[in-house]
Formats: sequence, structure tokens, C-alpha cells
Amino acid sequence: MQATESVIYNRAGQRVVSPEYLLFEAPRTKHFMTGSEAVKEAVRRASVDASVSYPITPQSEAAHLIGELWVEGYVGVYFRGESEFGVMSEIAGCAMAGARTITTTSGPGTLRAFENFPMWAGTRIPVQLVLMARGVNSPLSIQPDNLEVGFLLDTGCMIWYAENAQDLFDMILAGFVVAEQPDVHVPVITVVDGFFVSHTREAIMLPPDDIALPPYNPYRAPMPVIDAEVPPGRFLRDPFVMKSNYISYATHASWQWEVRSAIERSRPYAKRYLKGLIEEFGDPSAELVFVACGTAAAQAKEAVRLLEDEGIKARVVKLKTIRPFPVEELKGAVKNAKYIFVPEFNVVGWLEREVRRYLYGHSDAEVIGSPRVAGGMTMPAEVIVQEVLKLTGKEVKHVL
Amino acid sequence: MSYKIYEINEDLLDVMPQEIRDLQFRATWGNPKRGVMDLPYSKELIEEHSLCAGCPESMALRYILASLPSPEDTIIVNSTGCTSLVFPHIALHTVHSLFGNQNAVASGIKRVLEWRFPDKVKDVVVLAGDGATVDIGLDCTLQSFFRQEKITTICFDNEVYANTGGQESGLTVKGHVFKMAPKGKQWDKVPFWQIAIDSGCHYVARLTVSSPKRVETVIKKAIYVAREVGPTYVHLYTPCILEIGLNSDDGLDEMRQRDKERFAFFEYVSDAAKEVIERKKEEGLL
Repeated sequence: MQATESVIYNRAGQRVVSPEYLLFEAPRTKHFMTGSEAVKEAVRRASVDASVSYPITPQSEAAHLIGELWVEGYVGVYFRGESEFGVMSEIAGCAMAGARTITTTSGPGTLRAFENFPMWAGTRIPVQLVLMARGVNSPLSIQPDNLEVGFLLDTGCMIWYAENAQDLFDMILAGFVVAEQPDVHVPVITVVDGFFVSHTREAIMLPPDDIALPPYNPYRAPMPVIDAEVPPGRFLRDPFVMKSNYISYATHASWQWEVRSAIERSRPYAKRYLKGLIEEFGDPSAELVFVACGTAAAQAKEAVRLLEDEGIKARVVKLKTIRPFPVEELKGAVKNAKYIFVPEFNVVGWLEREVRRYLYGHSDAEVIGSPRVAGGMTMPAEVIVQEVLKLTGKEVKHVL
Repeated sequence: MSYKIYEINEDLLDVMPQEIRDLQFRATWGNPKRGVMDLPYSKELIEEHSLCAGCPESMALRYILASLPSPEDTIIVNSTGCTSLVFPHIALHTVHSLFGNQNAVASGIKRVLEWRFPDKVKDVVVLAGDGATVDIGLDCTLQSFFRQEKITTICFDNEVYANTGGQESGLTVKGHVFKMAPKGKQWDKVPFWQIAIDSGCHYVARLTVSSPKRVETVIKKAIYVAREVGPTYVHLYTPCILEIGLNSDDGLDEMRQRDKERFAFFEYVSDAAKEVIERKKEEGLL
């Protein structure tokens, strides 16, 4: 914030600063904390109006910590809902009434809430869901597995994927900024892998906690806020909804297109506030490329280091956003690739499908959906290396 | 007071449709004493409706909208069904969200409006059918009562899923034959008014909409009590004349008959609610 500007405080008494200052310029100090605690620290600095919670492992701790922020006065409205279906509807109500709103869930909770996600997008509410991915039933599992993200891809929500606690902290703040742009104004789902990030302590750089994002201004929204302070959005003699006529069909279809277009319009904002939709790691000339997100990207980076010992050059393209999908960035990043490995924490390989779909006709590289682990299995860097050596016909030297 | 949002820009007055101009000049805003007796003389907050001719639910909607003590600060939340066909015709802030999540959405709206406007009263009223309230939405309905959300829940009980073509609901009477109950319903009608009392509602009423004035009194009591005390519940019989094989002009007679039996007027008032109702009577608002 420049010295000439007058100082503004939010309702929690924090000094309001620009998103650019909070994300890129404010001095940061080093802390050691879990991903769940990083959620708390992001929410503390985000001028959040409302949050609704429900218990499910592994996101419960993050939800508890948002409750602590409510007690401390950083969050305006907070309570425990009856189920994820109820919670996501309550969250929708909060956002419709003009609140900056956040919630968290995992695995079976995501599936129970599912009817709400396309409704959020269709209602054009910029809510944020922090998704700590976990296996879905059956059989019962509480372990990390990101199958649920594959289900969410076409709900009309933006989907971002954080690799670690630092990413998560920065993405939560950037998520509100991007989602609330009047020409975007769709929900953002910020994903991390449960346990690997939520429960693991790591070093994280945080700006001071006496500054925060500018509060949400609901009157910039493209839809009328439901607060009886602005004229209502609909008062029609002849409602188009549910009429069996062409206008009705065209209205529904064009609205769905508009939601997808809104996600497309988020690209320049996401590029700015995430510093690019992808992150590249390793030797730019390498023919062996890992395309990954989240913990799989972190493990692939370790594998790149091990492969160096094997005399093989490799690199990682980490996708920070899945919706919008970083099409042009990925095409550019795999220009020289001969092999593209897509390591994933789920059995279906939804990211491999996405990579194949967007690179079809644009890359001669062989796309290999491997290694793939699920149900809580870890993905040691050594396993990635073994898989790479086996599938590319190279001899295993050091790794066993 | 936000009824100013209905004031039209002077330069546009001559091109605005009559019904929009009527909203500014002939509707009853800012008058808590408004009621069903205004219906013939003022602009209604509901435009033409798209329900069947003679549908008692359309009567219920007109009486309710005429009775809201503060329509300019009222948010209405609904669910999917016959009622959702009417919502685009209502001149207030209305929300249609999903199937059965109306009380959850209303909870979020009410809490945020209290936080955003601590010095104003914003009424949140839920209007939904029996399927939405008691079957698919039962969880959200009851949980909002348990949490003591300050919202008014109004159930249009037509004892059937009407909009989907006449299937048995939890509020269908035992023995009645509908689709999905081809041998007749095997279990009793859910006494939801009683469940609402046991679940923490402070004002509960069960009635038909045969008497407009009585509907007005009940709606006003329910909204005033919800403002100050906690959840309130109104159970209205609005028969689906189509599904029970009646003519368009039979709805009123059907309700008058049920007034004497399973929809005999019933009212529950908690001690805290009594105090509010007495005070509003003294203020001449009831």
C-alpha cells in the first residue's frame, strides 16, 4: 500500500492491502506448519465473511481452525452444518447473500455434496472449496487418493491444485481474488492431497497477520445479490425456465456455455496471481517430461534428481490449474518431449486423459499414464524411476 | 427500508411495462399493516401465475405475499416443484436452488444478512411443497429447526408429488392410491406439525387456505416470532385438484371439508412466542 493512500481496515481490524501487496510484496517470515494450519493462516488474511463446516477426515482440522478464527473475530459467520449436502447449500446461501465464503471437504463428503457444485457455478457465486482429496467408498478408505477430482472436472467450477502448504496458502488468497472478478465470478475448488499436505509439517513463508485482502464487494457481482438492497433479478410475465420451447432450451444451453466461458476468462487473472498456470522444474532440454499436479509433482521432482544419477535428463511440468486447463503452456512445455509420464494418485488416470485430450495432434511424444497408485499408497520417487526405466527400455543402475 | 429499489428512473417511466410501474405506485410497501384485504385494491407482488386454473396453491401464494409484514426486506427461498414455476413471477428476491435444500440455503442467507446488516430486519421465508419439506428435504428442514435458525418455513401440503405427475409422498394419507403406491399408501401421513414442535419451532400452525384472513394472521405471527425468537412452521393444505380428480372450482369446497377433519385449525405457541404475539397485538400489527 502506498503512503499517500488512506488506511482502510476490515471488520477484523486488519489493514486492507492490495492482493498484489499481500501476495508478492509484503515481507514474509518463515513458519513451520501443516497444510491445515496453512489454510487457517490464509483465511486469517482473506477478510472472510462466512464458513460452514462438517467433519470428515482429513479436512476436519482445517475446518476446526476456521472456527477458531471465527471466535477470534476474523470470520463473520461460522457453524457446523448437518452434512456436506447441507453445508454446500448453506455456503451457497451465504454467498448469495453477499458473503466471501469458504468451506472444506474430502472424498465421500465431496460426493455427498455433489448436486451443489453445478448449482454453485450456475448461480455464479465465487465461493471457495478447499478440497483435501481422500479415497471414496467402497471399500472404506480414509487415505489420500484424488479420484474425486476427476468427477469434479465438468461441474463448471475452477479447479486449482496445490502441491504443498505454501502453494495452498497462496492459492487460497489468489482464489478469492480471481473467482471474484466480475467477468469470472464462478466458484474455485482448491485441491490438495489429503494427509500428504493437510497433515505434514513444512516450512512456509507468511506475510504479517495484521494485513488482509480487500473485503468482497457483492455489488460488483454479475448477478444481483440476494439481500433486498438491489432490484431483484427476475420478474417476468413468462418465465423461460421449464417451458418446453426453444427459448427455454437456448437459455439453459447458453447459460452453461457462459459458465465455461467465465472459467476461460479467468486465465489472465490466474496467470497473474499464481505467477503462471504451470511451473517447470528440471533440464529444459530433457526429452523425458513428467506432467503432474499436487503431491505427484513433488514426487516427480525427486525422481528427476534420482534420474540424474542414472544419467537421464528429465523435467517436471507442474499444472497449477486443471480448470482452466493450461493448454498453450503445456503444448509449449512438451515441445521437445519424447516421453510424457503422468504420475497420479488414482486408479482411473483422469489427468492422463486430460493430457492426451489437449495434446492430441500437438505432440509426437508417447504419453504414459504411469506410475499410478491409489487407496492411500505412497508414490516413492524410486518407484517412479523404476517405472520410467522399465518403460523406456533403460537399464536400472542404482535404483532397486 | 429498501423499497426504493422498486423506484423507476424517471426517464424510463414511459417505456416500462404497466406491471413494473404498478409495483412502484400501487403496491403496498413500508406498511406492516398490509394484508389480504388490500388484494382487490393494490398491485400484488405476484404477477400472473403458471399453475393450473383454480389451484389452491396459487391462492396460498397470493395470500402469503399480501400478508408479508415487510416485503421490501423479505427474501423467499423455495425448492423444485409446482411452486418453483411461480417464483419467476414474484417481485421480491427469490431463490430457487436445488431439490430439498431450501432450509439450508435459507439458513446461510439469514445468517449472512444478520452479519451484513446488524441494524436491519431482513425476513427469510421458505416456501416449498410437501415432498421438498418432508421427504427429500427432511434433513435440511429439521436441522434448521434444531439450529434455531430465525426463518419461517411454510409447507404447501398437497399430499402428493404433483409437478412430477402424481406420486405418493410422505404426507399422502394412508391408503390413498397414487403412482409409486399402486396398492395404496402403506403407512400413515407424517404428522409434521407435531415433529416441528418437537424439533424446536416456536410457532406452528396447521390449516387450509380456505380463509384468507386466517392465513394472513398465521403468516404474520410466524414471521414476527421468527424475527425475534427462532424457527416457525406453517403447514398449509393446498390440495392438488388435478391429482385428486376435482374441477377447477372445487378447490375451496375441498379445503372447507378438510377444515373439519385432518386439517382442522391447530396452533402451537411457545412461551417466548406468546410474548412477541401479545406485543404485536398491542402495537396493532396483528
